[in-house]
This record gives sequence, C-alpha cells and structure tokens, in this order.
Amino acid sequence: MSLVGAKVLRKEDPNLITGRGQFVDDLSPAGTAYVAFVRSNEAHGRITNVDTAEAVAMQGVLAVWTASDVADLPGLGVPGLERPLLAADKVRFVGESIAVVVAETRAQAVDAAEAVLVDIDPLPASPTIQSAIAEGAAPLDENVGANVIFMLPIEDPDIDPALAAAPRRLSTRMENNRCVPTPIETNVVLADWGPSGLTLWATHQAPHHLRNTVATYFGLAQDTTRVITPDVGGGFGAKINFTPDLFLVPALSRALRRPVKYTQTRSENVLMMYHGRAQEVDIDVGFDDDGSLLALKVDVYQDNGAYADPTGMGLPALTTTMAAGCYKIPKVAVGWKNILTNATPVAAYRGAGRPEAAFYIERIVDMVADELGLDPVEIRRRNFIPEDEFPYATHSEIAVYDSGNFAGALDELLNIMDYPALVQEKAAAIDDPTKPLLGIGFATWLEIAAFGPPGALEGFGHLASWESGQVRVQPDGSAIIYTGASPHGQGTVTTLAQIAADELGIDFDKISVRHGDTATVVQGIGTMGSRATAVAGESVKQAATKVTEKAKLIAAHLLEANPEDIEVNDDAFSVKGTPAKSVPWSEVAWKSFQNLELPEGVDPGSLESTVHNAPPNFSFPSGAYGCVVEIDKMSGDTRVRDMYLVDDCGTVINPLLAEGQVHGGVAQGIAQALYEKMEYDANGQPLTATLVDYLVPGAPDLPTYTSSRTTTVTPNNSLGAKGIGESGSVGAPPAVVNAAVDALSHLGVRHINMPLTPQKIFSLLHEGGA
Amino acid sequence: MENRPSNVPVTINVNGNALSAEVEPRTLLALFLRDDLHLTGTHIGCDTSNCGACTVLLDGDAVKSCTVLAVQADGRDITTIEGVAGDDGSFSAVQEGFRQEHGLQCGYCTPGMIMAATALLADNPNPSEHDIRHNLEGNLCRCTGYQMIVNSVRWAAENPDGVSVSVGGQGAHS
Repeated sequence: MSLVGAKVLRKEDPNLITGRGQFVDDLSPAGTAYVAFVRSNEAHGRITNVDTAEAVAMQGVLAVWTASDVADLPGLGVPGLERPLLAADKVRFVGESIAVVVAETRAQAVDAAEAVLVDIDPLPASPTIQSAIAEGAAPLDENVGANVIFMLPIEDPDIDPALAAAPRRLSTRMENNRCVPTPIETNVVLADWGPSGLTLWATHQAPHHLRNTVATYFGLAQDTTRVITPDVGGGFGAKINFTPDLFLVPALSRALRRPVKYTQTRSENVLMMYHGRAQEVDIDVGFDDDGSLLALKVDVYQDNGAYADPTGMGLPALTTTMAAGCYKIPKVAVGWKNILTNATPVAAYRGAGRPEAAFYIERIVDMVADELGLDPVEIRRRNFIPEDEFPYATHSEIAVYDSGNFAGALDELLNIMDYPALVQEKAAAIDDPTKPLLGIGFATWLEIAAFGPPGALEGFGHLASWESGQVRVQPDGSAIIYTGASPHGQGTVTTLAQIAADELGIDFDKISVRHGDTATVVQGIGTMGSRATAVAGESVKQAATKVTEKAKLIAAHLLEANPEDIEVNDDAFSVKGTPAKSVPWSEVAWKSFQNLELPEGVDPGSLESTVHNAPPNFSFPSGAYGCVVEIDKMSGDTRVRDMYLVDDCGTVINPLLAEGQVHGGVAQGIAQALYEKMEYDANGQPLTATLVDYLVPGAPDLPTYTSSRTTTVTPNNSLGAKGIGESGSVGAPPAVVNAAVDALSHLGVRHINMPLTPQKIFSLLHEGGA
Repeated sequence: MENRPSNVPVTINVNGNALSAEVEPRTLLALFLRDDLHLTGTHIGCDTSNCGACTVLLDGDAVKSCTVLAVQADGRDITTIEGVAGDDGSFSAVQEGFRQEHGLQCGYCTPGMIMAATALLADNPNPSEHDIRHNLEGNLCRCTGYQMIVNSVRWAAENPDGVSVSVGGQGAHS
C-alpha cells in the first residue's frame, strides 16, 4: 500500500504531547550563564551616555557589554546599511539593543539590566512609510541621506499608453498592515564556545545557513562550528533571519568561557523579531466594459523598518512578481521602493510578499466587478489564465507558472458553498434588525512556492537553492533519513518517512528522519518558502530510489536471480512472478555490510545515498476561497462565520498534515484581516507591544473551516507536489476583506484597509467613513 | 537591590511527588518548575498571562503557572504535562486525542492546551464545540487555527479511556 497520500499519524507527536520535546530553552548545560538586554525606549535618538557602573557591581553579574565592547564585531545585513550588534551612537527603533548583561541566574541578569542607565537625546522619528518619505524627514542613516534606500522605477514605456487606451480605468492606494509573526516560542540562543569549537543551539529555520554565516563571521572553520535547531516552536518565516543575539551570545560565551543563554521575553519578541507585510501600494488598472483586465500598473512602497534585511528588501520583488495573480492581463508593469522607518525591521512572514500581491489583485478584481455591476465570480472566470496555456510566461522573468486549473478550483468552491442561498440571506439581512449584516467574499489566489530553482535563494545569502536528502540503511534493515529541511511544526519527519517508505519498501515504523543538526545532516538550506515537501521530499525520494536499486543487486545475488527481476514490497525483496523466492530487507541490509556476502563489484556500506535536489522551476500553488462575514450593525464587530477553502497544491503526501497547514495559514490570514496590526504613535512608540494589545486570535475568534481540494500536479518534481505551507495566509485576507466590503457595499463602501477593527467598521456604519 | 527577602522553604506535591525546596519569594511557579525541578514540559510563551503555554493543574484546576508564585503552591498539588500519562507510559485520552486529530504542529503550546483540556473534561465530560472554544480561550496556538484542537478534545470526550498505544508506535489514521 502506498503511504504517499495516506492520513498517517505523526512521528513527531509522542514526545511533544508528553512534555518530552526539547526546545532550546529546555537546555541548560552545566555552567550556563544567562543574558538580559538593555533596550532603547526611544524610536530615534543619539545615545549620550550609558552608565554600567552599578550593574557591573551587582551580585552574580559576569559581564556588561556596550557597543565599545563589540567594536571589533561587524554589523549585520546589507553592506552600507549594517545593523550593529549593539547600538553605538544612535538608536533607530524602540527595542534596539544598547547593552547586554550576563549573570549567573536569569533574575540577576534582569536586575542588573534594569540598573544600567542610558541617556538618549531624541530625534524626530518616522515610524511609517508616509512619515519617512515626507519632505524634510530626518534620515535614519546619515551616510545614505535619504530613507528611500532602493528604488526600481516603472520604466516600461508601454504601460501608460496601455492604461490610457483602456475603455475604463481605476486607480487606488491600499495598505498591507505590519504584522508580528508571533510564534508561541520566542527566540532563544544558547552558545557553548569551547577550545574545540562552537556549538550553537538556536530557534532557527535554517541551521546550515546559520552555521555557515556564524563561522564566516567569527573566522571559524565550519567543521568546528555546530548549529543545532532542536524542537522549534513555530517560525512562520521570522526564524530565518539573523538577529544580533545570534552573534552576541557566542561572543559572550567565547569571552566568559562558559555556556551562555538568551531567552527572549514575549515583549522583547514583539519588538525584536522581524515583522512582516508593512506595505503600501499604488495601483492603476485598465479594463473594458465586459470586465476584461487590459493593463495593470503596480508600485509598491515597502517599509523595511530601521535596518534593511536582504529578505525584507526582496519582499516587494516577490509581491510584484505575483502582481497579476491567476489572471491573463496583456500589459503589466511594476516598480517598488524600499524605505527605512523608525520601527522594527521587516522581513519574511508566512507568505512573504505573496499575501500582499494576492490581496491587491483580488481586491482590484472585486473593485472592477463592483464598477461594472458584475458578479465577483463571473469577473474571475472571464479573466482566468486558461488551463491549456501552461507553462504560462508572466510579466516577470522569475515567474513562469508551472500548471494550474483556476476555473476548476472555483467550480469546486461553488460545490461546497451554497452561493445563491447566501446571496439571498445577505439581501434579507440588510433590513432585518434581528440579523447582522452578511457579506460574501471570494479570493481565487495564486502564489509562488517550492523555493527553489538555482538562483532562487542565493540572492538572500544562502549557499544554494537545492535541498539535501540522505538515506542510510542500518544493518538491521531500518533506515535513517537526513534532511536539510529544518521543520518546526510542519510534520516533515512524517511526510519524508512516508515518501521514503514507498520507495524503499521498508516499513514506515522502521524509518527515522533526522534534521536540525549540522553535525549529522550533510548540508542543508532549511525550511522556508513552502519548499520542504516539493524540494526536500523529492531529494529523499531520489536518494531512496538509488538505495533501493543498489539493494536489489545484493538481493539478486542472495536469491540467485537477475537484479532486473527483483521487486521490493513489505520489507522484503522477491523475484517477480515467484513471490515465494524472497529475502527480507533485514537480511539484505545486514549482509550489505559483510564483504563475504556481497556480489562482486558491490562495496560494503553501499546502501546509502545523498541527493541535492534542485528543481527546474518554482511551483505555483493556487486555490479558491469563499468567506462569509457577519457584521454587528450596532458595534461594527466583524466575525468570519464561514470559511470555504479549496486548495490546489498538486500531490498531497499526507492529507491530515496538508489540512493542518491550510488551517494554520488561514487562521493567520483571518488574523491579519480582522485583528492584527503593529501600531506606533507619531513618535515611534509602539502601541501594541504585548499580547494584551496585539490581538492574536484565540479559539473563539476563529471559525470552523469547510475544505476541499483540486489536484493539478507540478512537472517540477516526480512527486507532483507544489507546497502548501503558506497558501492559507495568501488566500484568506482578500477573501475576508472582500466579504466585509460586500457586506457594507450598500453604504457605498469600496475598500477598507486591514485590520477591520470594530472602530473602523463602526465609523463606516454610523459616521459615513473612517 | 541587594537586600532581597531571604529564601522561603516550600513543599509542593508535583505529579504525586512531595518536593521540598528553598525559593526566592518572587519566583514564578512556571520558572520554579522549569529551572529548579527541570520539568521543562511546561512552556513559557509570554509575560502577560495571555498565551497559556504554562498552564498546569493546581489542586485540579487549570492555572497559568506564570501568574502563580511558587510560594503560593506550598502544600498544594500540581500536575504538569509530565504527570498526565499513565504509569505505564500510556497516553491520557486528551494526549491521544491530540495525536489522533492532529491537534498540534510545533507542539510548543501543546502542554498548556492538554492541561487546559484535561481540566475542562474533568468539569464537563461532554463539551460542545462552543464549550471547548470558550474554555480554551486563554490558550493561544499559532499553528493549527484551533479546529483540530477542538476535534482533539472531542475525540478525548468520545474516547475517555484513550487507546493503548506503545510509545513510538504508529498506525494509519484511516
């Protein structure tokens, strides 16, 4: 029986449900000392004095470092725009690290950090895109002199004539709210730098990438630098980045000659973990009276926060690459600006640039439909890229859509949601004082996944874009899979074991998957960009196939048959057509290590293989989501009542886990649409710096999902899998906002920026606008 | 700063074992469990009592151990995630429910969720979806979107004896 496609329970769970998981903060080697930071309470200012005298003298304090103690350690990030490990003469956002304390206990470290006195002369702050690009705004970096640090202008001379030639035209500006990724585990760093090298335990999504970077940074050899990412409590893209503590904590361990651990508090996490989204966009669209989209111009303003991160600077490239979504638009032109602001730096958050793209184009399509009095379902059908036009070259060199069936997903959505009945219910609710307003929204979304083909990740500082998979058969016939993917909740241990079990013919229970340790996994890139199944899964599949072919040589020798006649099933090799003639995997495995048992030309220990799989193209998962919102007519409280989800991620390895990925992504998408936004006041003071103010939804805030699937395989790998990790976060926000705008359309509402807070909706209901 | 109150002796019955220790009066129960008793299954996810990752049972009631001082637990019974499984290692019904229904992904919030669900089922052995969602309101999960957590608790309600599974054993779900 094939395990690919089966609802198999997870191998990860027994440890995690018994409290026997091992997260970084669970580890404290003998002699561990503890770190606390002194942070800026100003968004922009000059540091005039840092007095550590009292802190240094306190009980248990081992070290208090300021910028002068790390003067020999270079800053991080983009050359010319480096982020210092500790702020030296200037601070640029609230929360920026100014000093670090190490003490014998956590409590002593925190007490001493509170005793460090910092004087800052405030400078005018620009915490938003608009304030940072305003005339006369103080530049964050005087050497650069301007807050727009990179700009790709829209240079296509044909776009404005194409827009002018369109019978109808619409222009709009939209925002995509700054979100805090908020994995429930914060960042934790534990470093033990001894005479024979550095071991670094980190809450990270890319251990080899971190190992390579840390080794280069300190001039260490990679063989004596070991990074371990044990159980990691969620990442959502925000644990790909290199934050200063990943380098400071090893430096402290080196200096103190003992293990040093930093456990971020939640309040620190909200300020220090890279935020996501944080865009504004200007869009012009030209169309005709039938609703055919003719030309699209998209100019993205990306808020990079106080320090530019390579991934953060790449977000608008991803957004504009996917600007046209699943629609055939004859002329598309894009541009963007990267902008520094006095706020937490911005980088990847689940979807990373694609939720923004889907939000813009799916809102635009609804606006055009509204303008023409067309049904939102109908306008989508009229503009879909037809199923027979794949591979489909887009306006972007990066994106050649691999495969898709957008109309098929929409058909399935209308199978699982009773649209005509909902339309009737909505109309009846408007004037019924006992009912909330009802709105119905659609999103037929498309994203780019399976990062990636050669060149996809190198620009973000990665060694390469492949993923490694290694299969090693043990003498007893069990197998260990080593993957360069670094899962942190996705269930990759289980899915890779399913894939390997099918190829090897070894029982699923006899297959282990190891990850997250540079000392055991050959090389790796990591888990991000919805790549684990499509890229790492394919590498495991290919490695397992190679091992099986080699094992057949040994089995054929033992069975005195031709290798071509050997097949493997249920933990045994047999001769085709003569099933009685068989030898168990355990015997083949055992003898594969014994010179005297091997056929000529087969070396002992040959039953292992390593593959670095580089796909030929990205994959493009898609789907059709339908959302029903209810809006309280008095208070403006907006809730998602129903969420209908049709995903097309190609081949599904484990439907239970795929569904889990969709639910989680949709939950984060609804959260962005309704609840979450990192807010700053005009001086750059964060207004939502704890989970009291930043509303991560709980169980009562989210609906029950109704889900289905269509399957359009990708030609990029032999599994046919496209990836599913980010889909929900791409499709949900436009579906929710389209539904809310639909609910309020009788009041003349045409767009609402996220999040759809009760205040905003109340204002639209009762005060004629926000 | 140096004149802190002296340490206080406490005896707390943790997972059936009476444990004595001297603690700083300001020590949170969550940190006492993790740092002093090395029971690291109880996780900490925030500093404002919002996330519930640190939920344990205090005399049978679900409490957030970051809002209880270790000295307040003196003489009382604490159950942590490490004390939930049977003596033979068999999973409780709630643990098994989370496994069967994919009620966890990264697993970081899971110990708190399991403790909160255990307390809920002790009070209300047959909770509706509404009951479950509202009783788990104080426990945040960022991975699952909650539906499969609801399903997990329903599974436990419908299978109060759990199922006997050897640790590490696997089986097809359906």
